[in-house]
Amino acid sequence: MAIKRIQAPLTESVARSLKSGDSVLLSGTVYTARDAAHKRIVEAMAAGQPLPFDPQDAVIYYVGPTPAKPGQAIGSAGPTTSYRMDAYSPALIARGQRGMIGKGKRGPAVVEAMQQYGAVYFGAIGGAGALLSKCVRSAEVIAYDDLGAEAVRKLTVEDLPLTVVIDCEGNNLYETGRQAYLAAHSK
Amino acid sequence: MREIQASAITAVVKRLCIEANCHLPQDMQECITRAHAEEDWPIASEILERIMENYSIADTRNVPICQDTGVACVFLEIGQDVHILGNIKDAVDEGVRQGYAEGYLRKSVVGDPLRRVNTGDNTPAMLYYNLVPGDAVRVTVAPKGFGSENMSQLKMLKPSDGVEGAKDFIVRVVEEAGPNPCPPIVVGVGIGGTFDQCALLAKKALLRSTDARNPDPYYASLEAELLARINSLGIGPQGFGGKTTALAVNIEVAPTHIAGLPVAVNINCHVTRHKSEVL
Repeated sequence: MAIKRIQAPLTESVARSLKSGDSVLLSGTVYTARDAAHKRIVEAMAAGQPLPFDPQDAVIYYVGPTPAKPGQAIGSAGPTTSYRMDAYSPALIARGQRGMIGKGKRGPAVVEAMQQYGAVYFGAIGGAGALLSKCVRSAEVIAYDDLGAEAVRKLTVEDLPLTVVIDCEGNNLYETGRQAYLAAHSK
Repeated sequence: MREIQASAITAVVKRLCIEANCHLPQDMQECITRAHAEEDWPIASEILERIMENYSIADTRNVPICQDTGVACVFLEIGQDVHILGNIKDAVDEGVRQGYAEGYLRKSVVGDPLRRVNTGDNTPAMLYYNLVPGDAVRVTVAPKGFGSENMSQLKMLKPSDGVEGAKDFIVRVVEEAGPNPCPPIVVGVGIGGTFDQCALLAKKALLRSTDARNPDPYYASLEAELLARINSLGIGPQGFGGKTTALAVNIEVAPTHIAGLPVAVNINCHVTRHKSEVL
């Protein structure tokens, strides 16, 4: 399968062109946020306070990197499990968030919001933090520094290898991939 | 009686924290290589290649294999003929503190489970002591990530559920976990004991090399049967489909009560890290 090259921020038309199972290489600006940062962002949104970044067309990477060694842009930086962000993602998607990078299942409310507003869920390889860190050109803490590894960082990435797990129509590789494997091996 | 300074334990814990996080045990690397050779599903094969590449990058550049450098689970097997001079717990925590700082490892521990403030230095360690015969101290550091820890379960089965009930529960835990714990996984199973001992058996099962089977042939064959059943689920590496869902099933057992059949399943990801040293 041909690998698609895409840019972040992610436009709605590009997001809608991506299909579950596609391999992509993502370049551009992504923001990191995990559990604690999501909680603060969504609380700030509800209170009408300023946000660390504009959610419109933003791609958020669920990652808490290890500290960078001297000379590195970032330490190891693989995805964390996404379902812990399920409580917060629908509100962000409603505000324009276009992409999520993580690993593991998503809840029905997230998938519904993705279908309604046009957002994509990408899988990065869990447990491949050393490999993925090589795609990060720069990293800068832009909010919630007190959260340490969980602070919000602005990353510039180049050719970050991802798989489209759930597309804007709600097709889910975790379901179809397993079914296809089992169908091919049931004979 | 042999005397050992607590500071010697600090130095070992520090070194093991860094080494365990950057260099995967040989048996795990061989296990993945074998799994890759037997994997016939293209996307699964591709992911296993990336995973092997990741191990090699971490190994050569001395960086963490995974950003979740875990809570430091530390197991001390202390010989009865050893006298440790100084506070052992403080010595272990100091080793974790130094290792996680100097190794550029992530600090992932909150001091209170509900109020959730990061301790900033990855302490305290999850510390287990075991008294054994002899005059040596064996230190094992097993950094445990929580993507897989969160997918672990324990169930108090009934004796009438028997081995079939235990097998069904173990497979169900893996199936429910699906893509979340970063498959391919290592499945640590504890059977028997009490509620608490059962969970610890499952954790200790993860310390055993993936190429060593349970010495009891009954449990060795149960391990093989469970591995085959899990690898017929089709979950595959990262949950995208494939044969390689688990790399090994390790079972540890203990005597239990006439009324009980506790079964614990402690899942670990493909970055199953542990390193030991004897003082």
